[in-house]
Amino acid sequence: MHAEHSIDEAGPKVYGMVAEFDDPDRIVAAAQKAFDAGYRKLDAYTPFPVHGLDHAVGFKKNMVAPLVLLGGLTGASAGFLMQYIAAVLHYPYLIGGRPLLSWPMFIPITFEMGILFAAFAAVFGMFALNGLPMPYHPVFNAPRFELASRDAFFLCIEAKDDRYDEVETRSFLEGLGAKQVSVVEA
Amino acid sequence: MAVVQNRLTDIDPQPPLLEPGHDYGTLTDKVGDIVDRKPHPRAWIVTMAVASLLLLLFLNAVGYLFVKGTGIWGINVPVAWGWAIINFVWWIGIGHAGTLISAILLLLMQDWRTSINRFAEAMTLFAVACAGMFPLLHMGRPWLFYFILPYPNTMALWPQFRSPLVWDVFAISTYATVSALFWYTGLVPDLATMRDRAKNKLAKIAFGMASLGWRGSARHWSRYEMAYLLLAGISTPLVVSVHSVVSFDFAVGIIPGWHTTIFPPYFVAGAVYAGFAMVLTLAIPIRKLYHIEDIITMKHIDNMAKVMLVTGLVVSYGYFTEAFFAWYSGNIYEKYMMFSNRMSGYYAWSYWALIFCNGFVPQFLWFKRIRSNVYALFAISIVVSIGMWLERYVIVVTSLARDFLPSSWGNYHGTIWDWATYLGTIGLFLFLFMLFIRFVPMVAIFELKALLYSQKHNGKAH
Repeated sequence: MHAEHSIDEAGPKVYGMVAEFDDPDRIVAAAQKAFDAGYRKLDAYTPFPVHGLDHAVGFKKNMVAPLVLLGGLTGASAGFLMQYIAAVLHYPYLIGGRPLLSWPMFIPITFEMGILFAAFAAVFGMFALNGLPMPYHPVFNAPRFELASRDAFFLCIEAKDDRYDEVETRSFLEGLGAKQVSVVEA
Repeated sequence: MAVVQNRLTDIDPQPPLLEPGHDYGTLTDKVGDIVDRKPHPRAWIVTMAVASLLLLLFLNAVGYLFVKGTGIWGINVPVAWGWAIINFVWWIGIGHAGTLISAILLLLMQDWRTSINRFAEAMTLFAVACAGMFPLLHMGRPWLFYFILPYPNTMALWPQFRSPLVWDVFAISTYATVSALFWYTGLVPDLATMRDRAKNKLAKIAFGMASLGWRGSARHWSRYEMAYLLLAGISTPLVVSVHSVVSFDFAVGIIPGWHTTIFPPYFVAGAVYAGFAMVLTLAIPIRKLYHIEDIITMKHIDNMAKVMLVTGLVVSYGYFTEAFFAWYSGNIYEKYMMFSNRMSGYYAWSYWALIFCNGFVPQFLWFKRIRSNVYALFAISIVVSIGMWLERYVIVVTSLARDFLPSSWGNYHGTIWDWATYLGTIGLFLFLFMLFIRFVPMVAIFELKALLYSQKHNGKAH
């Protein structure tokens, strides 16, 4: 309410409009309706992963899996190459005529290195794609947003969306059964 | 997933994983309040005091070790490994249950892991920290530990990559790193919850930093869940590989009693066995102390007891196979090791104590009355922990003390410094664990809420 007031007078930058829901199923339906109504710059904030919500807000390209595969392959090949260089090129050691490239003995370290790099890719890649760490985000200004990690579900339509309109978007969100709709400053 | 579960519950109605009457808010409060609770329960303070004393004992033992060298331990030639390696394998095995619960049970879609995975993972992390102490200290000059890592050096030397001891370095350090990443990734959304709940400014800042600004965006959750699933997917072969590599430390050697192919699977089963015993040892007092019996229900306790029974049977089968192949091989050294040495030699007490602890006592877990009695389960899990320690004692000591040549035989006993170091790591473990309980939510809050959500949905589907 506070935010709304200041917009009328001076007009600080607006990040978007946030609607609060109290049920996970309701927010999936609301997000789907918003997407179907043509809104594209929208996101939902929930205390736990809600199945289908990512598709409802139009998120389809999850790049984490290919990244992890790439990480694993990088680690495994680097691990094998390291052992190859050590045992064949840098420090060849002939023991009873046994082959220098005794590859079965190199498998454990190759495997562990693959796992290690895949895990790095999964964790650091996921956080990087999510743009975290990011201590400040405008959506934290939404009223009651501290409940987004507890039991409230928020749908945000951003002001940069082409269809965003102070009045129309508000009445649209209210029509979806939101508990509360408010404007969020950037 | 849901279809299969519904069908199973139709056939065999199970007690609930969450006691009824919870909503998203009360679950958040239930777990979050444990951290915010003031003053903290007296039992926590007492345990912390004991843990701190044991930690001091550890620091003293290590300090004296640095001054005098590994001679203060009972190790000798031929038994150069002694308690240090026994304790190393014991701790690393305990850690494996945490990964099993968080990764393998996630892949198998076992909902009951949700209430216990967080603190089982913490247990893994701290157990690995304790395990890591032993090979380092056992080096004699631990400040030169980096000699075993591949790094560019003026001697132009590489580690011997064909050695299981070098594999071990890679396996254990990868395991410690991945466990820490897995644990922290699981923690981030809950740290955000703690940030949003915090009244105290300092706590808000600390949780705010640690939660990386998590805001629960649908896009973030989508990537998060994928990353978490893949971490579980890669942790599963990892945990199997780690204890297999640990068993290679023995199995690749030619010492009688070590040189067997049963070692990798039987070590992995033993690790899960010991780990579940430790999870029960921790879970039984914690759920009572913090009144979270509605989150860690008797269903969880019962399931853990069943896993313990199954892995205990696998381990017992391993003991049987060892004995059978010692006889069937026709090799005089293997036969001597098994029958004349382990079963009836100088260390026979340790072998039969091991069979009693790991083979006989867990048979009580067949009975539902035992599995629903937390006192009996607590006692059994302590016995299993002792049994698993004895198993490594039998493997390390009896084999090294009696190898091929009688002229190189020699007996071995741990000294008071072995005891001090061992008890000291228990102190380190408890110390870290108590800090964990005090400062971060010990049950995965967001996963509990997701569980509640899926339960509501399954209910509606009927």
